[in-house]
This record gives sequence, structure tokens and C-alpha cells, in this order.
Amino acid sequence: MKILTCPLNGPRNISEFVYGGEVKDMPDPNTCSDKAWADYVFYHDNLIQIVKEWWLHAPSGYWFIAERHTASDEIIKTYDPSEIYNTRIEFSTQQEERA
Amino acid sequence: MPFSLLKYGLNKDYPFEKHADLPAPCELKPSYDVVIVGAGGHGVATAYYLAKYHGITNVAVLEKGYLGGGNTARNTAVIRSNYLTNEGVKFYSESVKLFQQLSNEFDFNIMYSERGQLTLAHTDAAVRGFRQRAEINKHFGGRTELIDPQQIKELVPCLNMNPADMPILAGLWHMDGATARHDAVAWGYAKGATQRGVELHQLTEVTDIDVENGKVVGVKTNRGNIKCGCVVQAIAGHSSLLAAKAGFKLPISTFPLQAMVTQPVKPFLNPLVSSPSLHCYVQQTSRGELVFGGGSDPYPLYNSRSTLDLKESLLANAVELFPFMANMRLMRQWAGLTDMTSDYSPIMGLSPVDNYYLDAGWGTWGFKSTPIVGQTMAQLVASGGQVPDLIKPFAMDRFDSFAQVNEMGATAASH
Ligand SMILES: Cc1cc2nc3c(=O)[nH]c(=O)nc-3n(C[C@H](O)[C@H](O)[C@H](O)COP(=O)(O)OP(=O)(O)OC[C@H]3O[C@@H](n4cnc5c(N)ncnc54)[C@H](O)[C@@H]3O)c2cc1C
Repeated sequence: MKILTCPLNGPRNISEFVYGGEVKDMPDPNTCSDKAWADYVFYHDNLIQIVKEWWLHAPSGYWFIAERHTASDEIIKTYDPSEIYNTRIEFSTQQEERA
Repeated sequence: MPFSLLKYGLNKDYPFEKHADLPAPCELKPSYDVVIVGAGGHGVATAYYLAKYHGITNVAVLEKGYLGGGNTARNTAVIRSNYLTNEGVKFYSESVKLFQQLSNEFDFNIMYSERGQLTLAHTDAAVRGFRQRAEINKHFGGRTELIDPQQIKELVPCLNMNPADMPILAGLWHMDGATARHDAVAWGYAKGATQRGVELHQLTEVTDIDVENGKVVGVKTNRGNIKCGCVVQAIAGHSSLLAAKAGFKLPISTFPLQAMVTQPVKPFLNPLVSSPSLHCYVQQTSRGELVFGGGSDPYPLYNSRSTLDLKESLLANAVELFPFMANMRLMRQWAGLTDMTSDYSPIMGLSPVDNYYLDAGWGTWGFKSTPIVGQTMAQLVASGGQVPDLIKPFAMDRFDSFAQVNEMGATAASH
């Protein structure tokens, strides 16, 4: 059984977690090109290295970040996303302006 | 010892040199017209058709391990064409037709065995999906029918019709479903290609790609550098690693896919049986073993280890389908690295680098496509980059224009 340490709930069986993809910088959806958005959504580094990834602890609905090696599967560390994301992201589109 | 046997033992040109399937290893030349990276089924099939139909033989196939030792050796050899999209069904149907006559083409038995493939529906939504797939498949000349529980019982008498309290409502019966000996496919293509002058270099790893002014001009290997007119990359689970050396990213994530096999028993199961809801498929090999597998691992990894988690979940469902399997012993387990795209369709054709052609994103379903991949990639190379119509929908830039070819529902746990 592989153990993943959740920053909120402590060490748990990895089957309690859902993988959420590489952590990437999101381009501004209101201003970026279609190509830049496609890059963000579909294209991945997918290399052999230590990567930052999103993980969800499903029973508690808690998202966090893990650093993991993609060949040895060693989990280096896990932490709350607020360590990286500490400013509010505005998702609202400029619907009103366009209308 | 009979004299006739002794005669062969003492005869100088028997058995090796004259009768070897593959030529002895040789030095790399400084340059080739075409370099194919990866001697899995896809790489050697491309080389074969280049030589056979296009007369292009100044070709090197470079393989870091041994011929057919990647996913070609690890797959469960399901061959079928009952996909969901027009683009997919057209493409895979061509492959099934080529598979049907491949033993004759090679003069070598690939043990093609047309058993039919049965996919089980446990929900109304699945029944609706199957109806659509049956119609699309028939439209493109495939043999696929929606069948009821009574017909399912007749086809597979030992199947539990109420597995995991999810009663079987209907089945998608794909009469063209088949299996073949995967190694033999790679060997047959490699033999045919090398007999026509293609060079196969095993234990030769491509470590870097030389790109000048946006165009590939050569590759670096652990045995030295070579120049080339063009490159075909056909390396399955390692696709993103080499693409990064050529300077671009792919819409691919690499996940392990595990499978396992039991001890052999008497023949009792003719069709290939799969249940997308139970994430499980089961088939009996011609040696009597039961092979089974399911979906990819839950997160990406470049490691072909096997896990207890997967065994537990897969076996629990397999035993629901065939309860007596609980008494059987597992003999082997293994995994391969699968290059998954988000729409479950491959990436074939041009890349951001000129003369650098892609055959990737084959995930968990690329064995069945080996012959048609070889033919279409050979056409692409021979024409200097004119993408054949059959593979146009699989261009990498479909992701940039949000024109995916969604085969997720038809791939699931069936491969
Ligand atoms: C467990 C499992 C079950 C599967 N079941 C099915 C199935 O039932 N039906 C189906 O259709 N498909 C199935 N698949 C998928 C199928 O196996 C693959 O899609 C298919 O074999 C891909 O063929 P290929 O020739 O592209 O790749 P491979 O056979 O993997 O060949 C690629 C080769 O490239 C080599 N290589 C990698 N990097 C380099 C480098 N830098 N330099 C030189 N060489 C390199 C590798 O060593 C390898 O030999 C399954 C896969 C797995 C793992």
C-alpha cells in the first residue's frame, strides 16, 4: 500500500486521493490566445523529474500540492496550495462589456 | 543419433547464417534517408511498408532495448474496430482487414484468431452507447450487433449475469474481434523489412535530436551521431521525453498499464469479454491461460512496477464476472508505459519540427493499429510530408483547434 501524506489529514492510503495534473501557471483566460489556452489545458511536460502536482483528498474534498518523482514515485513533500497561490484569481469574463 | 541429424550439425551453413530471421548486427552508417526511432510493432511496420511499397530502403530502425520489447511485448493483443467516431472506426477497420491477411503476407504464422469480442452493458446509458457504436461500425463494413442477455448466455455460458449487483442488460457483439501473437507481428515486420535492406539496430538509444532552422538533420545515439533526411518517432510511453529533445511538448501523459495471467486450464472461453463498468476484460489464450487487464494506473509514472492495489481491484471484478476464477492461480503480472491523450485517440502526422514525424499517443489501444500505422506512416514519409486522409483527424494540432476525436467511451477498459 502506498502512503501519501495529506497536509490536512495526515498519512493516508493513496487510493483515497485523486490525481489532478501538473501545477502550471494559468494564462489569463480573458486575454490569452486560443493556442495559449490549449497549451495550458492539454500539453504537459511529462518528463522524468520531480514535479509539482495537484492532488485531491476525496473524502474531505481538500486540494493540495505534492512534489513527486515521476520515475521512483517518491513523494518528496506535500503542502497547502496557499504556499504558492496567495492572491485571488479573477475568473469573471467581460461579458457585460462585450454585450 | 540419426545420421540425418548429424549432417545438419556438421553442415557449415546450417542453421545460423543462412537461415537467421534477422541479419547479424552491423555498424551504423554516417547517414540514412529515414531514421525510425523505436523497434516496436509500429516502427518496424513503418519500415516494412517503406521498403515494400515505396522502395525506400536506406532506413535505420533504432531501438534502445530489443526488437518488440516495449509495449508490443506487453499488450493483451485485443484487435477490434468497434469504436465510436467515424474517424476512429474507419481507421481501425482498415487495420483489422490488414491483420486478417498478415500471416499470408509474412509467410509466418501470427496466430490470428477471430474469436469475437463481447462488451457488456450494465446501465441504460451503456445500452444507448452500444446501439450507436453498432450502427457506426456496420456503416463502415464491420460486423457488430447489439445482443440481449439470452444471446450472451449462449455465447458465454459460464458468465455471471449479475456481477457486483449490476445486472447485464445487453452486449455489444463484435464478430471481427480477434487476437494474435503480438511478438510474431513485430518479428514478421522486422524480418520482411530487413530482407528488403532496412537496417535494424538494437541496443541503440537515441539520446538527442539535431534540429537546424526548424528542421531535423540528425540524431545522437549511444553509438555515435547520424545524419538523416527525416525521423519517425514511434516510442510509445517515452514519446514526451524525445519530443522534449526535439524542442516541443506533447498533449500526452505517461501512465503505467498493468495486466496479468493465470495458470492454463482447458479451453472454455472463446470470445474476448470486457466490462467497462467493472473496469475489467478477460480472455483465454490459445495456451489456456486467462489474461486479464483493466484501465491505466490512477496517476502518471515512468515505472513498470506492478501494484497490489491494482491486483485487488481488478481481481475482485474479474471474479464477479467469472466466480470460479477465485480458485485459479496467478502466474505472471507485468506493466507497460502507456502514452495517454485526453481524447483517447492517437497523435499521428506532422510535428512542430520539419521532417520529424510523430506516431504517438497510442496509450492502451495501439497494438490493433500496427499494420495501418505502418502503411500510413510510410505514405507520409514517402510523400515528403503529405498527410494521408485516413490519419488527418489525428494531427497533433487538433488540440489547438479544440477538434478532438473522442474515443474515451469506446476505449475504457477494452483497449
Ligand atoms: C498491459 C498492456 C496491455 C495492452 N493491451 C492492448 C490491447 O489489448 N490491444 C491493443 O490494441 N493495444 C494494447 N496495448 C497498447 C499497445 O501495446 C501499444 O499501444 C502498442 O504496442 C504501441 O506500439 P509501439 O510500436 O508504438 O510501441 P512499443 O512496442 O512500446 O515500441 C517502442 C519502442 O521504442 C523504444 N524506445 C523508447 N525510447 C527510445 C529511444 N530514445 N531510442 C530508441 N528506442 C527507444 C522502446 O524500447 C520500445 O521498444 C496495451 C498496452 C499495455 C502496456
